[in-house]
Amino acid sequence: MSLNEIGSMVAMQGFSGLSLFTVLLLMALGLAIIFGQMGVINMAHGEFMAIGAYVVYLFSQLTQNFAPGLREVYFVPAVVAAFFVAAAVGYVVEVLLIRRLYKRPLDTLLATWGLSLAMQQFFRSFINPKEVSAELPEWLLGAFNPTPSIQVPRNGIFVMGLTILVTGGVYVLMLKSRWGIRIRATTQNRVMSSAVGINTDRVDRFTFALGCGIAGLAGAAFTTIGSTGPTSGSLYIVDTFLVVVFGGAANLIGTIASAFSIAQAQSLLEFFLTSAMAKVLTLLTIIIILMIRPQGLFTTKVRT
Amino acid sequence: MASHEMLTIQGLGVSFDGFKAVDDLNFIVDRNELRVVIGPNGAGKTTLLDLICGKTKSTSGSIMFKTMDLTQMKEHAIVRAGVGRKFQTPSIYENLTVSENLEVSFPRGRTAFGALFFRRTADVAERVKNVAEEVMLNEKLDQQAALLSHGQKQWLEIGMLLMQDPELLMLDEPVAGMTVNEREQTAELLNRISKNRSVIVIEHDMEFVRKIAHKVTVLHQGKVIAEGSMDKVTADPRVIEVYLGH
Amino acid sequence: MNLLTKKLSKTDLIGVVVLSAIILVFFPSVFSIFRLNLIGKYLTYAFVGVSLVLLWGNGGILSLGQGVFFGLGGYCMAMFLKLEASDPIATKIQTTPGIPDFMDWNQITKLPLFWMPFKSLTFTILAILVIPAFFAFIIGVAMFKRRVGGVYFAIITQAVALILSVLIVGQQGLTGGINGITDLKTMHGWDIRSDSAKYILYYVNGTLLIGCVVFTRWVLSTKFGMLLLALREKEDRVRFSGYDVANFKTLAFCMSAVMCAIGGAMFTLQVGFMSPSFVGITPSIEMVIYTAVGGRMSVVGAVFGTLLVNFAKTFFSEEYPDLWLFLMGATFIGVVLLFPDGLAGLYERFGRPFVARMLRRSPSSRKKDEPTVAVAAALESGGKHG
Repeated sequence: MSLNEIGSMVAMQGFSGLSLFTVLLLMALGLAIIFGQMGVINMAHGEFMAIGAYVVYLFSQLTQNFAPGLREVYFVPAVVAAFFVAAAVGYVVEVLLIRRLYKRPLDTLLATWGLSLAMQQFFRSFINPKEVSAELPEWLLGAFNPTPSIQVPRNGIFVMGLTILVTGGVYVLMLKSRWGIRIRATTQNRVMSSAVGINTDRVDRFTFALGCGIAGLAGAAFTTIGSTGPTSGSLYIVDTFLVVVFGGAANLIGTIASAFSIAQAQSLLEFFLTSAMAKVLTLLTIIIILMIRPQGLFTTKVRT
Repeated sequence: MASHEMLTIQGLGVSFDGFKAVDDLNFIVDRNELRVVIGPNGAGKTTLLDLICGKTKSTSGSIMFKTMDLTQMKEHAIVRAGVGRKFQTPSIYENLTVSENLEVSFPRGRTAFGALFFRRTADVAERVKNVAEEVMLNEKLDQQAALLSHGQKQWLEIGMLLMQDPELLMLDEPVAGMTVNEREQTAELLNRISKNRSVIVIEHDMEFVRKIAHKVTVLHQGKVIAEGSMDKVTADPRVIEVYLGH
Repeated sequence: MNLLTKKLSKTDLIGVVVLSAIILVFFPSVFSIFRLNLIGKYLTYAFVGVSLVLLWGNGGILSLGQGVFFGLGGYCMAMFLKLEASDPIATKIQTTPGIPDFMDWNQITKLPLFWMPFKSLTFTILAILVIPAFFAFIIGVAMFKRRVGGVYFAIITQAVALILSVLIVGQQGLTGGINGITDLKTMHGWDIRSDSAKYILYYVNGTLLIGCVVFTRWVLSTKFGMLLLALREKEDRVRFSGYDVANFKTLAFCMSAVMCAIGGAMFTLQVGFMSPSFVGITPSIEMVIYTAVGGRMSVVGAVFGTLLVNFAKTFFSEEYPDLWLFLMGATFIGVVLLFPDGLAGLYERFGRPFVARMLRRSPSSRKKDEPTVAVAAALESGGKHG
């Protein structure tokens, strides 16, 4: 193999690692907000992702059946809609279910698992028991070639761009905006926050809805990469939790670093082993590291 | 360390994110002494107890209990060495009865397997009865702990510690929330039990302190600012300025 | 001796007796061997349910990976039975006779080293008891000594379940892959597929289950059991009473692991195969619901919960398949929000007073109090010598 070809392979391998990184990060961001900030275990997080994916699929079906001319432009509004639909469902779930289980994390875990089962069946019964795909617009298909031998898939670039946008948005929201301060205040000291006039109930609802909305965005992004089925959400839920826990749960940089290292490790291993063994080894390593350092690898401060 | 000293603390310090909760503290408690620690909120009193029993790790200094360095030991080992700690809010097992609470604190069957095969022999029942009498709960042995009054819960927790027969007993605000009558009884209880062990008490109720203290230590901002008899300490101008009066 | 009878109140004893009667007498007399075999299958899941009463109900430790131990026990037994079914004569049409068929299909020519000891039944039984306990010990020590508990522990047990199931599925040649180990025939020459064998296995299973129920009840009546309950609510207080909390949690975890493994092994024997579909996350979490429905603190309740959920699952999956997952989801939510004490709680609230009233309305005497006293005395003395 020529040096050029090896270089191209490395670049593409690196890119596939980057791809996995953005996927994990998008999923982890939503969960980091809900779990990391609020301490709520949402086992149905994957299903909120699926909601986003199904919204895009439904937009795609509508466009195909009623307005085929809009094929090139329906996608972005669909992604935006995915965010809002997932967030809205999240809002309702928070009010009806999560709110009653705040002091009981293990019970929240079980209840949201039940929710995920119900949601999966909902997808199966009311949308489609089989896997479905959205019809992607032209500008998302294929690859573009920066050099003759390197092929960069366009959907991968889209996902990456979306991830950067969302990460930046979350960063600005959490660290620079008034809402962000309210969220952080409520998580750190609920009693004091409500004493200074922060409506902690509203903050909770908003935060949970935000986390679910981001999950919806992640789901929408995945429609560019693969198909969606009722159980798609459960495929990555454990990985996502581990990314969040590994990154120290409570901080954004940690989540980013964690998603990056896990993604790179797994895709590198996939190069040498079967994908099943790569996954096993990655998970095993994460667990062992967590056993040695339970607070996660990337926490900056340890609270007393 | 002199043979009459039970607990010797030297240069103890701990800081949380730069805030020095306890700062270069020296503190000595003798055998059979009842020492009361007072001071304004945030002075480091509870932190001091946390450091001794191992709940918090110090960043500097040493804590010598008899001949052992407690800073190197794990919590349950410190307890087995003879240090008992009562927490600020009553920390008892609400869903067990009074006698079960006491029995569970009996210092035998402390390993997992030991606890599995622990038999309630005569000496256990005897000890439970004696301690219950000591803490004025002998009428309530079969009562579920959750149903006790606040003061009785405090006594139960003291009783659970007495079951371990500790040589150093540490009580964090034992009479908080008690009626006047209960405080009287608690004062008598503490005077009784300090006869053959060392006791450290954190308290705010000066009347109560006067009834029990052999010696008083005043903490402020993590340091000792005065130490001596009750009279000496209450007359100290620094103490008055910082804590006692206007 | 007095510790035992004080804790094993007469209600507990009655509960165990009733359970034994139902499992060992009522079911076999009412159901055909086909249905009985099905119930036997459900009862193997009940081992997991009982284990969670100890671990989760009392110790407050939620493990979402009990399938791992169920699977370990099941696979050990499956390996033994498969080796027996793969003797050189039966497999003479294979490229390499004398090894399991799936290995042959995967071009393996020699029995892997770790399979060899499973030729011996003694080793297999020991493995079923020891390997899961060892696994649980490692995980327990690593987690509990580092004070990893609650939700983090639950997530990590999920990850372990995922790892094991992916590993099993991925190593097709060594484990039979996603189809598992099938076509099991005989155990030391005894055909386990015959009706008479199924009857015997059912009774063995039932007896072992009741043994586990009694064992768990005993453990919960000891000081160890009291401390488990104590550390669920006030871990700090237990630690500061001189107990190394991690050791207690680890021992409880190991005990629960062994119980699950026994269930897994009995499953393999009764149903005739073992696959990774019992090892992963979904089955593990499903097993938690059995305990939750039965009443997480009640050992007998857990068995009934397992039976109820599985009967419902079979019924609904056949009649209204689309409805089943909704129901299951609703059960999870309902059990957490509305019925935290499950069936046992319902029994305490409605069943027990009812039974008490029935006893009081005992016939014969005009003096209404006498029968109650007599019955109570009889039960009391029955309890003391129990």
